Amino acid sequence: MALLEIRNLTKHFFRLSALSRVSLSVEPGELLGLIGPNGSGKTTLFNCVTGVLRPSDGQVFFRGEDITGRNADAVYQRGIARTFQLIQLFPEMTVLENMLVSAQEKKGRLFARLLRREEVEETTRALALLEFLGIAGLKDGLASNLSYGQQKLLDFGMALMSEPQVILLDEPMAGVNPAMIKNLIGHILELNARGYTFVVIEHNMEVVMSLCRRIVVLSQGERIAEGTPAEIADNPLVLDAYFGR
Amino acid sequence: MPLGRWALRGLALAAALALCVVLPSTLDQYKLYVMSLTLVYAILAIGLNLTLGYAGQISLCHAAFMAFGSYAVAILGQHGVPFEIGLVIGVTLAFGWGLVLGFPALKVKHHYLAMVTLGFNIIVFLVLRNWESLTGGSFGISNVARPAWGSLSFKSDRAYYFYILAWAAVVVASAYWILTSRWGRAFRAIRENEMRAEVVGVSLMNYKLMAFAVGAAYAGMGGALFAPLLGYIDPGAYTLDRSIQFLMMVVLGGLGRFEGPFIGALVVTVLPEVLRGSEGLYLIIYALAVILMMLFMPKGLVGLWDLAWRSSRSVISPSTSSASPR
Repeated sequence: MALLEIRNLTKHFFRLSALSRVSLSVEPGELLGLIGPNGSGKTTLFNCVTGVLRPSDGQVFFRGEDITGRNADAVYQRGIARTFQLIQLFPEMTVLENMLVSAQEKKGRLFARLLRREEVEETTRALALLEFLGIAGLKDGLASNLSYGQQKLLDFGMALMSEPQVILLDEPMAGVNPAMIKNLIGHILELNARGYTFVVIEHNMEVVMSLCRRIVVLSQGERIAEGTPAEIADNPLVLDAYFGR
Repeated sequence: MPLGRWALRGLALAAALALCVVLPSTLDQYKLYVMSLTLVYAILAIGLNLTLGYAGQISLCHAAFMAFGSYAVAILGQHGVPFEIGLVIGVTLAFGWGLVLGFPALKVKHHYLAMVTLGFNIIVFLVLRNWESLTGGSFGISNVARPAWGSLSFKSDRAYYFYILAWAAVVVASAYWILTSRWGRAFRAIRENEMRAEVVGVSLMNYKLMAFAVGAAYAGMGGALFAPLLGYIDPGAYTLDRSIQFLMMVVLGGLGRFEGPFIGALVVTVLPEVLRGSEGLYLIIYALAVILMMLFMPKGLVGLWDLAWRSSRSVISPSTSSASPR
């Protein structure tokens, strides 16, 4: 059974169709690439899956459960985490607090969260993750004081805090310096080897080719191709979509 | 090194508490009244700071929430119900109406939410003025009894001051507990970036409703303590003006800072009293002072303390970025 299955997902903004009948499935342990020219609907797809936007039509199944149109917090609690193309942090909170917020809603009912039961365990896990990403030294600084690359790492770390089953990465390498890119690729591959499933939107083809064994291509809201990196690179439809006829 | 900051905070708290305990014995009746009023307002401002400063939900109806506490105590007191029971009922009523007012916050934001809450304050005021059989209408209710436990009575001004102080301590401790728990982090996350908060699992519905309800409950408690302090209540004490006064306390003190409400309540209550000597000019001076403070201290009076703290730290280590947890 596919871990995440998207069936005929459609999203209209007024009369503009951002996604039309896109289907794809993500297998457990996979590292799936999602590419396509600007405006092809990649981020809209993420938004519809994670509950940030409500799809106009179609369904999303996660581990067999229909999660279409659920609120973002409910989707997250089921085990789908994501990062953002335009970094979204809590700027006036510390790096550690950003991490802790991202884990806290997994456990306990509303009033039980007033108690400090998981505080120690969560802090330990947050610090271990920050250590893994190499930004543990900044834990008490405000998120707004981080450099761009560090913010990307924190965004990534926050997605990991809930121990999700699928992580949707929206252009994790955009605007990140080459040394950091190598670093990030290493992190993603290591986590993938530990069993995390990823879907990655990425424009840097070198990165996509080195990360993913399977790639889905979107163009103008439609799915136009799917295959291994080599197949995609030779697909005339894909070349058309990127370079035009 | 955060330890120094915490040690300083502890010292400041101890000093403030000592001052609150010792000072009343040196004050005359009127000054004692002003100090009691400051404490009551601080409780209300703590509530508004939770709703607005931490969770980022604007509320212009804290005076209305306050009214539930005051009228519950006053009306039930007339029928011989003990003060504490009236207080609990008033706080519960305020909490319930806070929940109700939380619902619009799920739909609208910022100035739209301000309009909704503003409208609620006006409705409550009109109900208080027109439901004469229950509230006494424009004349209000007089002779609101102060609490008494058997032979131990809090009827004297000094005793009632300490009674308020005890409740204020409860409020401070509980607010501190809430704001440093996961709730506090969820509140701030919603204030900072609502969409991101929801994407990391924070339920906007739960926490927005709670931000309103808990803030309103504190306002209800402030209102309950307010009524016996004055001894009489009338709808004029629960107008929009009063709500805006609370807003001013929170903003002047420092939005989303734990110390903010105390400083704000102190300034907004005491400053007009100090300026009263200047005859008719005092309103102008007061207004001007508020405008200047807002212009030059947008982060509130707590911001000043931050500035002093940072400059004293930067002598030792210039790179220390002061991340203030709350």
